[in-house]
Amino acid sequence: MNGNQQFLVLNPAGPVARIELHLIVVSIILVLIIVIPVMVLLAYITRRYRDHPDNTAPYMPEWSESKVLEIIWWGIPVAIVGILGVYTVYDTFALVRPPMKSASPLTVQVTSLNWKWLFQYPGQGIATVNEVDIPANRPVQFVITANSPMNGFWVPQLGGQEYAMPGMAMQLWLEADKPGIFYGHGGNFTGRGYAKMAFHVVSRPQRDFDRWVKLVKRSSPALTQSGYAQLVSTQSNTPTLLFSSYPAGSFERTIRHQGGMYMQRDLSIINADR
Amino acid sequence: MLPHYWPTLVTGDPLIYGADASIGLVSIAIVFVLTYYKKWGWLWREWLTTVDHKKIGILYLIAALLMLFRGGVDALLMRTQLSRPNLHFLAADHYDQIFTTHGTIMILFVAMPLIFAMFNIVVPLQIGARDVAYPYLNAISFWMFFFGALLLNISFVIGGSPDAGWVSYAPLTENQFDHGPGENFYIMALQITGIGSMATGINFIITILRMRAPGMTLMRMPLFTWSALSASIVVIYAFPALTVALGLLLIDRVAGAHFFSMDHGGNPMMYANLFWIWGHPEVYIVILPAFGVLNEVFPAFSGKRIFGYSTMVASFMAITIVSFLLWAHHFFTMGAGPGVNAFFALASMAIGIPTGVKVFNWMFTMYRGRVRMPMPMRWAVGFIPNFVVGGATGVMLAAAPGDYQYHNSYFLIAHFHQVLIGGTIYGMFAGMYFWWPKMFGFLLEERIGRLAFWLWNVGFYVTFFPQYLLGLMGMTRRIYTYPAGMGWSSLNLLSTVGAVTMGLGFLFIVWNILYSVMHRSELRDVTGDPWNARSLEWSLPSPAPHYNFAVIPTITRRDEWWEIKKYGRTEDFRPQPGEIQDIHMPNNSGRPFLFSVSFFVVGLGFVFEWYAVVILGFAGVLAIMLHRSQEVDVGHQIPADEIRHEEIALGRL
Repeated sequence: MNGNQQFLVLNPAGPVARIELHLIVVSIILVLIIVIPVMVLLAYITRRYRDHPDNTAPYMPEWSESKVLEIIWWGIPVAIVGILGVYTVYDTFALVRPPMKSASPLTVQVTSLNWKWLFQYPGQGIATVNEVDIPANRPVQFVITANSPMNGFWVPQLGGQEYAMPGMAMQLWLEADKPGIFYGHGGNFTGRGYAKMAFHVVSRPQRDFDRWVKLVKRSSPALTQSGYAQLVSTQSNTPTLLFSSYPAGSFERTIRHQGGMYMQRDLSIINADR
Repeated sequence: MLPHYWPTLVTGDPLIYGADASIGLVSIAIVFVLTYYKKWGWLWREWLTTVDHKKIGILYLIAALLMLFRGGVDALLMRTQLSRPNLHFLAADHYDQIFTTHGTIMILFVAMPLIFAMFNIVVPLQIGARDVAYPYLNAISFWMFFFGALLLNISFVIGGSPDAGWVSYAPLTENQFDHGPGENFYIMALQITGIGSMATGINFIITILRMRAPGMTLMRMPLFTWSALSASIVVIYAFPALTVALGLLLIDRVAGAHFFSMDHGGNPMMYANLFWIWGHPEVYIVILPAFGVLNEVFPAFSGKRIFGYSTMVASFMAITIVSFLLWAHHFFTMGAGPGVNAFFALASMAIGIPTGVKVFNWMFTMYRGRVRMPMPMRWAVGFIPNFVVGGATGVMLAAAPGDYQYHNSYFLIAHFHQVLIGGTIYGMFAGMYFWWPKMFGFLLEERIGRLAFWLWNVGFYVTFFPQYLLGLMGMTRRIYTYPAGMGWSSLNLLSTVGAVTMGLGFLFIVWNILYSVMHRSELRDVTGDPWNARSLEWSLPSPAPHYNFAVIPTITRRDEWWEIKKYGRTEDFRPQPGEIQDIHMPNNSGRPFLFSVSFFVVGLGFVFEWYAVVILGFAGVLAIMLHRSQEVDVGHQIPADEIRHEEIALGRL
């Protein structure tokens, strides 16, 4: 990556990040309507009304009210907040829906561990650590939990983050609209190894994705129950790993184990996945 | 089994050994100087037992500056570690402790004491009172703050500092992930200082509502006092939420409860909500007084009355109320659902409206005025561009879907530092320079002050503007290092250069103070009104006498002192010998100090889970309260003759 492409938030690679960037740009323009005049006025006023003996600017020490000015500087900010508010509410509701209605979504289960990311593909039966491969141009429903303190799942070029919380199943829609490798990192501090909770999203065309899944199933080791337990309990970072299978129901068990048995909403989400 | 800790000296790091050594040396030096100059009695009589609001204000100011040094060193350590990728100047554990103590110290032990310093120094003088409503409680407030700060600071030396961030989220801070006394230090330090803060809030509300000079209606009150009233209202409604959040977390940690743990029906999200129900109003607590300072400084140095007094009052009250409706914007990404996020997004944008109005009011106070630029005004003018950009990025953050991309990134860090430093700190420095002569009787020297300001101001922008960009480049907060190849390295280095510049600015402020003390006879404030300002405190000599006003003035309009000067009637404000009567003043007391020491013992006990020590500490608290409740004689009279002598010596009779 070079130069401008390093501004990940400003270089969206998917519709979710694009919606968010659009709102960011709208908000910048709207706040500049206030910021720029304030800077200009401040520079002008502090010069024009400076206390020099030969300053001929009017001096009106009792002048302290003006209906016209009040209307302007209450009215314009109210209008700005109104406009930004409309965009914000619209986008906030839009983002809980899948980015594309046509294509059928892929589900990836995400677990934040200390200090690595585990990805499980219920539809494909494979699992990965610190790398998640997805097909391009297809909405991906990330179902996110934690077997660790509260973390956040963030892939800036694909969209904003969502918290990963123990005992809960959070849902995040993302989609890549082109192949590529996208940087991701944890979004909330989880302790000593948090700085190394980077991961990558690898987006491939659907056919290449299917081939990749077959390759992983053929040639990667299985993630056994004890292997899974070791991943959870070893408090360290881990390199990228690929697994051809994982213990069935481990994601649901993790959520229940971490307190999810009390959370009706989360139970219904993980049950719906079946 | 529940954990049980032994206090062990923190070991293993040359930085810590160095710090321990300097703490030890400075402590020995202080003891030596006090003993050699036989000042222990003076210290006890004049400072440790004082209930005088003017002295308590000075104590808060000194403590805040010392803590600003400590928090600033934390910041420089972090910036050094982050100046290049993959540095190992600080290990992850250390870095985590440093960012935790940095944030906690800056908000709770720098910003809060700065605003309380201003309240104490200014409010009673501005409203024509002789002290606050509850001077004894006022002293308790200070010493509780002091010992809370001390408790957090010694975690560095014994036991280990907290390391879960200044917000200290569950479940990271539950025993499963973070056993060890560090987090307990955080909880107890904040509980103790929180008691002090709540007491200050109550004290100033009553003082402002009940102790104004005759004729001073609410709408004739100076706007700084209005800001103290609003902030105090926010304090008393917000701090209980923090007490509950930390109290429940403590019970989880020491008694194995499950309020915020993941299992047995606990819910970590509840901690986030309780913490931020306090945490968001808290940042308004620290900014409202900064607005109040500017409301005094701009008129004083424009030779013109404040533009839009009524609107200023209305916006103070609007901000006070709306600040309680914003807390969930600190966790838009915690999945509350679009309806909830939309509400908090709209409310967070809306609060920018009364805030923005204030900026225009300040600018149009200068408009058609005669603007002078001594140090207080420089800080005030410097505040405007800084805070306006910070507020603008706040509105950007309020747009929830945008926040999903900014949250916990360096964009967020840049925003809150801009409003906290560009807002609170600049405002408090403006206040410190403005009221310094009233406190001490001499001004702070201009040239060094100007240099300090420019170093700080330029250093600020160089430190934090790159951080907005780093956030957009995907750099998250609370990471002790980062890899090369992300494009983050040069911006981080630039930010570190800025931080060093700000550090230099701080050193020059300290030098400004020291130099001015050494040259105080040349910088003396002989009139009591060095700035030709507008409110009552400037009608008194500098420093104000122990009893403030020999005769409480009667007020007939806003800016009474200014109006009196305008009509050349300043002798009207001087006391007549016949008017002077005995003045009743509160007694000094050593109990607030000892009371807070007992709470310190309680805190230590909970930190290391030694319940015998906890009981001992509470026994001390109870004993002192019982002793106070038996007290019959409260206060003493200053005889009228003594006051007449004093006023003659001050040249006022």
